[in-house]
Amino acid sequence: MPSPRLRMNGRKVVGGPGAGEAIVSKEAISFFGGVDPRNGVVIESGHDLEGRSIQGKVLVFPRGKGSTVGSYVIYGLRKYGAAPVAIVNIETEPIIIGGCVLAKIPLVDRLDRNPVEVIQTGDWVEVEGDIGRVWVTKR
Amino acid sequence: MGYIAVYLTREEERILEGEKGEAKALAMELLVAIGDVYEAPRMIKVRSAQISGVSYKTIGEPGVGFLKDFSSGGAVATIKAMLNPAGMDLARWRELGVPEEFAQKQLEIIQCFNKMKIEPTCTCIPYYADSAPVKGEHVAWAESSAVVFANSVLEAYTNREGGPTALASSILGLSPLYGMHLDEQRIPTHHVKLKCKLNNDLDYSLLGYWIGESLGSNLPRIDGLQEAPSYDRLKALSASMAASGSVPMFSIRKKADRNREYETVSVDREELLRVNRALSSEREFEHICLGCPHLSLEELKLIANLVSGRKTAKRLWCFTSRHLRNVAEQRGYVGAIEQAGGKVVCDTCMVVSPIREMGVGGLLTNSCKAAHYLRSLSRIETRLESLEECTRYALS
Repeated sequence: MPSPRLRMNGRKVVGGPGAGEAIVSKEAISFFGGVDPRNGVVIESGHDLEGRSIQGKVLVFPRGKGSTVGSYVIYGLRKYGAAPVAIVNIETEPIIIGGCVLAKIPLVDRLDRNPVEVIQTGDWVEVEGDIGRVWVTKR
Repeated sequence: MGYIAVYLTREEERILEGEKGEAKALAMELLVAIGDVYEAPRMIKVRSAQISGVSYKTIGEPGVGFLKDFSSGGAVATIKAMLNPAGMDLARWRELGVPEEFAQKQLEIIQCFNKMKIEPTCTCIPYYADSAPVKGEHVAWAESSAVVFANSVLEAYTNREGGPTALASSILGLSPLYGMHLDEQRIPTHHVKLKCKLNNDLDYSLLGYWIGESLGSNLPRIDGLQEAPSYDRLKALSASMAASGSVPMFSIRKKADRNREYETVSVDREELLRVNRALSSEREFEHICLGCPHLSLEELKLIANLVSGRKTAKRLWCFTSRHLRNVAEQRGYVGAIEQAGGKVVCDTCMVVSPIREMGVGGLLTNSCKAAHYLRSLSRIETRLESLEECTRYALS
């Protein structure tokens, strides 16, 4: 029996489609100093994703934090081919918005269910940025 | 569902659709996304933009890569556009021991901004020049201390922008109308009752730091200041509350609204001493760094008077803007400080320069903001004293 696809509706922030395996964090992410733009590996000491790569994944986390230089790090990830294919936040903020606009990464937030609870690392996630919709297929 | 998008004029829509080029479209896309998220009804015209993320130390390779790509798109600033401090004195970097490789990267960054017709003002106190906004003017500034100063002291209107949004605003002359651009968002939320006398610049810096720690992003109304503080003291107050917290504005003059319930917090000398202890290491230092935020003419004059005709026993670095350094030079302050063995450095500061590589392991300063960032980002030990005490220490 195929796994059911779960639909969540939210807010479009940056449009475009993106699909991939989910990588989920329960913690805010500072891209500046927290993620290596050359390979997409989370390097913030003690972070729940420390040592894991976000490259090619749908990155699900509560919100951004830290310096606005983080936007440039997200742009750098795209340049080095290490960017996530889409980002899902609980409630986004300007650092992540800036990075996603510059790097053309679909970004959705304010979903009708808490994405960091519903989505688990390894689930298949499709993001329809233009209409703020997220589809989840459980692993 | 059912979120209302920011309203755009026909002209703004055309920019978004790419009729004025890709770079302008990208800038508009960014401001629209921010506007949508904060439910801005429309864009507002801004008179100036002040852009952060200038030092190679803070933006690194990702920043250089972005600025190179973006500046080659042909977009240029259409309003007064200024820069935050860079990672070095753009003229005297060799003399100050900035590594060659760092300097080359920093010069590339400045070239990118030049290409976009953004002035290399490289200062965190753009309000100490002829570019100060007037009361009621809307601007898009990124330097957090200047944002607080502009909103609180000059009564201008600005959100706390980031590097990318301020850059977008400099090109479009627009900013989404939300947050601190709206009068109803500028009403104090907390009363801060000051229970002690503030004696010097350091006390104002400590009070600001305590406010930022206690209030986060709320808006304080400060009660109990004995006198009308000078711009320099308000500069210190602004900077530290934006470093320990993200306070966008304070007020000291506005009367309390009797129909409103305020949360009240009190601060006394004990609390200020606690802040000081948390940012101070009890040891001796070889370096004294002043100018976070950049030193004003008055402050340079004070330092010059204290060291005039004497010799520093330790290394005294005074950071200010190129503009103010030129004025200070004409008035003899720079000569007095440098003849005594100090240096008046411009375009940069101790926080955004590669200070470790320049041979500094610890320093004495009068700025809680500098101490905060040096301790957390550069793992450099600090101790706090007033401007005057710091200068005397350099002579001892």
